[in-house]
Amino acid sequence: MRQALELEKGTIMTADRPVLSASGLTKEYGQAAARVHAVKDVSLQVMRGESVAIVGQSGCGKSSLLYLLGGLERPTLGSLQLAGERLEDLSEARLARLRRRALGFVFQDFHLVEELTALENVELPALLAGASPRRARDRAHELLEQVGLSNRSTHLPSALSGGQRQRVAVARALANEPLVVLADEPTGNLDSAATTDVLRLFEQLHATGQTLVIVTHDERVAATADRLITMRDGEFVDETRLTGGVARTLSALTGLEA
Amino acid sequence: MSSQRPTLAALPADSFTDYQLNVVQEVLLALLAKDPAHGYQVRAQLQLALGPLAEALNGGHVYVTLNRLEKAELVVSRRVGQGDRPDRKVYELTPAGRARVQAWLQDTSWPKPAPAEFHLKLVAAATTGMADPVGIVDAQRRSVLLGLGDAQRAALAEPDGSVAGLLLEGVVLRLQADLRWLEACARHWNSKRERS
Repeated sequence: MRQALELEKGTIMTADRPVLSASGLTKEYGQAAARVHAVKDVSLQVMRGESVAIVGQSGCGKSSLLYLLGGLERPTLGSLQLAGERLEDLSEARLARLRRRALGFVFQDFHLVEELTALENVELPALLAGASPRRARDRAHELLEQVGLSNRSTHLPSALSGGQRQRVAVARALANEPLVVLADEPTGNLDSAATTDVLRLFEQLHATGQTLVIVTHDERVAATADRLITMRDGEFVDETRLTGGVARTLSALTGLEA
Repeated sequence: MSSQRPTLAALPADSFTDYQLNVVQEVLLALLAKDPAHGYQVRAQLQLALGPLAEALNGGHVYVTLNRLEKAELVVSRRVGQGDRPDRKVYELTPAGRARVQAWLQDTSWPKPAPAEFHLKLVAAATTGMADPVGIVDAQRRSVLLGLGDAQRAALAEPDGSVAGLLLEGVVLRLQADLRWLEACARHWNSKRERS
């Protein structure tokens, strides 16, 4: 299984094509007059190693979109490709397997298992994906080190701060070396200092080539992405590339320049 | 105006100094872009667009600025008789004045917090039809986002407790506030467009 994953990743890595590709995604809830369009005709291609932020006010459909992109919900219309597979062709069971090995999720309220230690939370996805307990544990230790929490491995989530819990959740999202990490308001429950920690962690992941899709209402979080997409009333209304452009002067922003 | 509400005029006068000194030229030109007008009509339009903020507006400044604009050949004036009352001046944009308005509408530089100028720019764009207010908001938003990205990356690169980090945090928060307001502007002018 692991080998199959490596092979698949290999094909994705060598070809310069999107790892995640959505076309005409639409999600409607309710019937007839009460019908609500949560997501309207959204198309998106996420390239390998890219970080993409989708920003919008609450109720704009950005979380619904993330659930569609992550295969957690099925779209009413439209098509989605992940790791070369068309999600609409997959049964629930196969979709769940694809999700487990190709995606990592980070949620606003952490979604850690409260009865398990930090280390056990992080090794869980690898165990579920069929890794040996030894291998899962080694990987979990590695990841906790990477997020700077080696010294908290035996703590239960309740003994950790919000920022630490979210870093455990990020480590867990990385357990199966996902093609894409999908984050839904990852700093929504964090104070300013913890937000900075999590953003630094995302920057570090991005620097190692991890593909990231972050949904947020917080422009400060979105501004760290390569590409920022604005969503309004279920639609993409604007796209701004934030990196790779002409260097601008910060001094103008600080008011040091008249 | 309700007496319960603290009036903006009660704020320190220099809160609006920048606005008076820097903004009025282009704003006044924009107010003349649709039709020639008397000085008092220009002033009434400004008061309408500024609402309670107009209390901080120095009325005489409008006339002084119009004279200055005339000397700069951005407007021309002619005298119009009014029967038994004294003649009034009607101001009209010159091609150079119109070009200045066009350039101002497209300009995204935002060196100081200037919500009043930007607000008036959107009002001018909608009134004159010379530009799409929503397009102006989007361009401004992109410009602010680029700045926010730079400031945020620089802030994250600062070690914890760095004093420069504090300044960057201030820049980031101000730009974020700007973005929130731009979002409100986008909604307002979008709904205006959809209704018309």
